[in-house]
Amino acid sequence: MAEFFTTNLIEYVSLSEAWATPLGYILAAMIHIALLLNVVAVGALGFIWLERKVAGRIQDRLGPTRVGGRFGWLQTLADGLKLITKEDLMPAAADPFLFRVAPYVAFCASFAAYLALPFATGWVGQHLNVAVFFILAVLGIEVFGVILAGYGSASKWSLFGAMREAAQVVSYEVPLGLCVIVPVMIAGTMDLIAIGDMQAGMVWNWFIFHDPFTFITFWVFFTCATASVNRAPFDLAEAESELVAGFHTEYSGLRWSFFFMAEYGSMFLVSVLAAILFFGGWNGPIPITEIIGLNETNGALAGYVGNLLGMTNLIIKASLGVTVMIWVRWSFPRLRIDQVITTCLKYCTPIAAMMFLGAALWILYLPGGLWATLRLSDPLGHTREAAPDQQAAAMPADGERE
Amino acid sequence: MSTDVDDPRIVEFDVRTDEMLVNMGPQHPSTHGVLRLVLRTDGEIVSEVTPHIGYLHRCAEKIGENLTPRQWIPYTDRMDYLAGMNMNLGWSLTVEKLLNYELPEKARHLRVIIAELNRIASHFVGMGAYGLDLGTFSPFLYAFREREKILDLFEDACGARLTYSYITPGGATDDLPAGWLKKCETFLDQLLAVIDECHTLLTTNEIFIRRTVNVGVLSPEMAINYGCTGPVLRGSGVDHDLRRDGEERYTEMYDGYAFEVICETDGHYPSDHDYPPVPESAVLGDCWHRFYVRMLEVIQAMDLIRQAMDRYSTAEGDYGVPIKLFEKLPKGEVYLETECPRGQMGFYLVSDGTSIPWRTRARSSCFSNLSVTEELCRGVLLADVPAVVGSLDIVMGEIDR
Amino acid sequence: MSGPNLVDQLKQRFGEAITGANLEAIDPWIEVSPQGLVEVCRHLHDEPGLEFNLLNCISGVDYFQPDEKKAKKFPWDVHLEVVYHMWSLPHKRSLVLKVMLPRWKDDKEGELPEVPTVSGIWRTADWHEREVYDLMGVRFIGHPDPRRILCPEDWVGHPLRRDYEMPLEYHGIRGR
Repeated sequence: MAEFFTTNLIEYVSLSEAWATPLGYILAAMIHIALLLNVVAVGALGFIWLERKVAGRIQDRLGPTRVGGRFGWLQTLADGLKLITKEDLMPAAADPFLFRVAPYVAFCASFAAYLALPFATGWVGQHLNVAVFFILAVLGIEVFGVILAGYGSASKWSLFGAMREAAQVVSYEVPLGLCVIVPVMIAGTMDLIAIGDMQAGMVWNWFIFHDPFTFITFWVFFTCATASVNRAPFDLAEAESELVAGFHTEYSGLRWSFFFMAEYGSMFLVSVLAAILFFGGWNGPIPITEIIGLNETNGALAGYVGNLLGMTNLIIKASLGVTVMIWVRWSFPRLRIDQVITTCLKYCTPIAAMMFLGAALWILYLPGGLWATLRLSDPLGHTREAAPDQQAAAMPADGERE
Repeated sequence: MSTDVDDPRIVEFDVRTDEMLVNMGPQHPSTHGVLRLVLRTDGEIVSEVTPHIGYLHRCAEKIGENLTPRQWIPYTDRMDYLAGMNMNLGWSLTVEKLLNYELPEKARHLRVIIAELNRIASHFVGMGAYGLDLGTFSPFLYAFREREKILDLFEDACGARLTYSYITPGGATDDLPAGWLKKCETFLDQLLAVIDECHTLLTTNEIFIRRTVNVGVLSPEMAINYGCTGPVLRGSGVDHDLRRDGEERYTEMYDGYAFEVICETDGHYPSDHDYPPVPESAVLGDCWHRFYVRMLEVIQAMDLIRQAMDRYSTAEGDYGVPIKLFEKLPKGEVYLETECPRGQMGFYLVSDGTSIPWRTRARSSCFSNLSVTEELCRGVLLADVPAVVGSLDIVMGEIDR
Repeated sequence: MSGPNLVDQLKQRFGEAITGANLEAIDPWIEVSPQGLVEVCRHLHDEPGLEFNLLNCISGVDYFQPDEKKAKKFPWDVHLEVVYHMWSLPHKRSLVLKVMLPRWKDDKEGELPEVPTVSGIWRTADWHEREVYDLMGVRFIGHPDPRRILCPEDWVGHPLRRDYEMPLEYHGIRGR
């Protein structure tokens, strides 16, 4: 896209190339950021609405029904307006700088991870060949926002929340990382687009069905992801019945809503990550788009429509993941801090390590996955035997395909 | 933030960590009203809990010295506001004991129906709120949905949904309306399914079990010594229920009713329903047992209501005539305890021969039940404090009066 | 219920500590002197055959009529009582003990009357005695934590005393 802008700037605005190139990049970046910000913001709005609706149904209620027509679509927007008009309070003893900066750190970390998250082949803010690594690393920064908020609030409850968050997130990074390595290992690349494309074809090409180890890995991954984004039953940092509201006890109005957006942003992010790593990403269970020829070989428009369908596909999968998280939240009591750490160190980490070992051996002796091993035919003749480096080479190196 | 503490228990590590005093309450989501707990914490570990009460003190006893017994009935409603009927009943029986009043049979059965129905409502709130304390929200709403139906029944009977003033010295203010028993029957018929649902969500839930089993273990000796009563006492395995063991003035209400005291004996609960099993790791007297006793008492209460409805519909006589508003009381003093949902509620009445009592005293069950927190919350994790306090099922209105 | 047997037994054992009894009342009671209270209570709690192991309630009652007109018809002597209601779980029976006290120690206004604490026998007494102290103004000697319980720490007076007057002002809040 940057090239598109650059060439047009040179052609129509008659800028010199020295000016046009950076300007083109900036323009392209602005558009990407605007798009992604909307994904996060609108996504959060949607998921908060979904959460209230699902929670309502679980509890024999209706959930929001008034604002924005029959289903209360606009309830979250109304809540957002309310939050904006609320007084921005800060405790007198709080550290003003840390208190103010904390919500932005949390939100930015969650948002920055979207930068490397592909929504379809080539539809990505910035194509990175280490996207998985980048997302995990940036997501880990979110914890700083929480710790700063807890530390800067000058409230003992907030401090408790911050310390719990620190202990919990640091512990869960380990099994989470191990789980992510399994599909990365199978794909042979950290490039999320490559990983997604590799699972094209029938449903059994998805990595979750690659072998029994990946199947278990997914559940461990989902548990750890739930824990690392602070969702119930691992929502210790804000444990309402124990810590009042944990790290955001002292926050109100818009600052508080930034934490909220960050939480829902991360929730969606890990769900998308799970969908790409284990559930074929933008590839449907049956490759309909490919069968009817909606790909770039049949022209840009066909490729666009195909990608659009793929993105819808991915968002549906990720939304299902979010729904499961909501479902769990409204069904289970909260764990205690020692039980959370036990779950991580005694169960998740060893299981993840075993799965890692198992998957590694499987690839060594039975490359191509369970279904290929069972000689199931693939109607499109997709094979995963292709060497990973060839796959990666087939992708444009710098991701300027948009 | 930190304090210097001279406590030998703390200096067992080379690196001495600072302790922190945290104020849990009076405004806190899980203190069930305006209870304030001052926690001395070392990281997540709570080394000491000091409860402070009195934020809801409404001088009920002083007011009682200026009103006639019937005028004081609405004040008893507001003590344990989740079980107003049982409070009315306790006070009414006390006054009747002083007057040596003989209650018509029909009124007795009516009182059993009403009191046990309120016990169900109260235990449902206790169950739902306990879920909230442990971080699950849904059972709370399920519980309130059922309670709402009971409140509808009460509204039909007496016009009020929370502060009933229905049972008065001498009987009740009114008879049950026509068709009420049928509605009550319908309600009871669907209740068992809801209870099973709650067992799935809480009693047998793995996380719930892990959070409550072996937490806040109250030994029977300690429970008796601290004067704990009701489900808290029975959860520790002490076979004591005033409905069976109490004073005659109270137990005659339950004469001829078939029921067993809910209490674990030899590792078993009395079972006439397909109860979920006791987890193997559960220790008698822990939070799980206290919770479980309440759940079983709901079923027991259902059974008692069914029996009472049969008797009520065939009983002779009247629903009872309330005593006069300014009935002259004989000189003397009486004390009577009744089995309320949260424990034994006692009223002490001293009369100087006029229509206004010289002294009214309310012995609150939660008051004694809460005093045990100090003992139970020593050395537990921070998250266990709501779990323990919640399992005692306190109502601050009753503690502070 | 405390029958005449129990009173005789106790009198035999404790002699002067048992200062009276009323067995005709609806709830018969035994009067104990403050000096002998702890011993009697320990006996009642520990003795096989008695085992009053559950202390239900401790109440303070102020027998004093401040209104002089009404005081003429007042049926009791002016005094203050602490009443102990207890229950025996093994034997399923109740007992009422009473301690009669002057309204003020040595009749000096403002000096609280004193009773030894029984919180060493029943822990229930801990909070109940604090409540009686708070509302009725009885000092419990040897109590481990003699603070007010319902009223704030700096409250003046004992509200359930008959001659109590609400303070005009408490921390800027109007009282009357």
